[in-house]
Amino acid sequence: MQLIFEKSRPGRRAGHVPAHGLPVPEVPAGLRRDEPPRLPEIAEPDLVRHFTKLSTRNFGIDTGFYPLGSCTMKHNPRVNERFAVLPGFRDLHPLDEESRTQGALRLCFELQEALVEVTGLDAVSLQPAAGSQGEITGLMLMRAYFADRGEAERRRKIVIPDTAHGTNPASVTMAGYELTNVQTDARGNIDVDDLRGKVDEETAGLMLTNPSTLGLFDENIEQISEIFRSAGALMYYDGANLNAVCGISRPGDMGFDIVHINLHKTFSQPHGGGGPGGGPIAVGERLAPYLPVPAVVREGDGYALDYDRPKSIGKVRGFYGPFGVFVRSYAFIRAYGPQLREMSEAAVLNANYLLALLRDAYELPFDRLCMHEFVLSARRQKREHGVTALDIAKGLMDHGFHPPTIYFPLIVPEALMIEPTETETKETLDTFADAMLAIAREAAEEPELLKEAPHVRPVKRLDEVRAVKNPVVRYGFEEHEEPPGAPAEPRQLEAQ
Amino acid sequence: MAAESYPDDLLYHPGHDWARIDGDEATFGITWFAQDALGELVHYEAPEAGSSVAKDRTYSEVESVKAVSDVIAPLSGEILEVNAAVAEAPETVNADPYGEGWLVRVRLTEPGEAGSLMDAEAYRRHLAEQG
Repeated sequence: MQLIFEKSRPGRRAGHVPAHGLPVPEVPAGLRRDEPPRLPEIAEPDLVRHFTKLSTRNFGIDTGFYPLGSCTMKHNPRVNERFAVLPGFRDLHPLDEESRTQGALRLCFELQEALVEVTGLDAVSLQPAAGSQGEITGLMLMRAYFADRGEAERRRKIVIPDTAHGTNPASVTMAGYELTNVQTDARGNIDVDDLRGKVDEETAGLMLTNPSTLGLFDENIEQISEIFRSAGALMYYDGANLNAVCGISRPGDMGFDIVHINLHKTFSQPHGGGGPGGGPIAVGERLAPYLPVPAVVREGDGYALDYDRPKSIGKVRGFYGPFGVFVRSYAFIRAYGPQLREMSEAAVLNANYLLALLRDAYELPFDRLCMHEFVLSARRQKREHGVTALDIAKGLMDHGFHPPTIYFPLIVPEALMIEPTETETKETLDTFADAMLAIAREAAEEPELLKEAPHVRPVKRLDEVRAVKNPVVRYGFEEHEEPPGAPAEPRQLEAQ
Repeated sequence: MAAESYPDDLLYHPGHDWARIDGDEATFGITWFAQDALGELVHYEAPEAGSSVAKDRTYSEVESVKAVSDVIAPLSGEILEVNAAVAEAPETVNADPYGEGWLVRVRLTEPGEAGSLMDAEAYRRHLAEQG
């Protein structure tokens, strides 16, 4: 397929706007560019066809099953999109007066209340724009809390298990804390003996995903909680896997002080290009005074934005958070109502069903009932046939599936991390399992076919190493001849 | 890519790092197993010469398409020299992990620590146990 620049012909235009005849402000000479930007020049139908064709080469949850472990690629009910574009929500100006935005404020307030209930904590800030920002905000809250107690200088260390998402150590480093790694035991829990030796009066806190990235609920969570409590340290719950436990167990009851919730994973919001995510944080009472501003509060019969919080760490984002995400997630939560636990139960059931179909064909490093996701290893395929997790992922693309997360968590060699979510049907899970079993047979019988997969996608195996070392992110005008056409001299900016 | 090997003249750390001791100096690198697990390296975050490294602590990072991985110091010391050729072409580690692909040269501050490292046979057993 040609690039849009390769289709460009000098002088060609998509659409023509009549001259407006209005005065054009004089741009100071020093600020003016010497020549117009080199934009592609293309006829409108060709432009539309180009991008339509590109869009058909994309793969998303709307085109197929997307079991990307830890990302919770669930279907987003379409009805939520209708709510998000209701004019009263869509056309709000962020600086509008509170008296004219009561509906939106009420939605924010009730979403905060719902998240308080789901997490088992006391107060919520909707401000952070993503889970990663929730993490750094949570660590800033820890620092503010200990600074108030005169312990900030001493408490420098944050404990993180070796199964953690990469964002955890990155947030710790960005927040200026030191990292202490703790190991995983043979059942996939935090190694409590290892942990005991690593938590002391210099520890600020723990960051833990529970269920972990192995898809396993930590069986020792009460012991872990006790270790941190008795050291006077705090506990941060990475909510990436909250989809497994809503309405069943609550981080607050497990002893956590701070939780971030990925609204786009656990509740509803298209991932990636479909829009921003949302990473609200919930905290226990003793951390509430430090939450970012503004908070949405009830005031008399109405709702208001409260900036008057002297101990707040301040603003972490412009305006009030990703509001469109709030609308979709609020609608999603209200649609389940008191039955929200059915969401998590179906997610866990789907994962265990898939695991039962696949466990004989692939190695299962931690053999336990899984939560909403599970981690297989292609170690046997690699040892016996030279077929790696990467080859299996590429083979799945030929079957029309998005591959699972691979090579993560790092403690499992040749890891394949599979998360079906609650929104998929039994038939979809069966078809996916059939593909995984067919690939396991192919690995034994015709491994060379898998080594060259994908065979039927628009592009073959990409050279990922070269893409990292020598990324080409800009069209090389110098390396391409000017296409034939009218002389290039009338390249004037249309507006002038 | 090199064939699997664990030379007898090296000492090994369970974090898949090796040390070649020469008097009060040593050269560090990562083992064949480590580079094979990571795949072709695309980046080596080289430490600064003159900085100190502590046994069992991270002193640099290597990155492949799959993952970023900490590199652990098998022994304590002060970095005398960093392998600029690997910083320039990290895939050198994949081609020759024990030769051209060395990472740093170090003056040892605690030579006695060497006693806690594994010889090649013990490291092979360690790998077999890890499966």
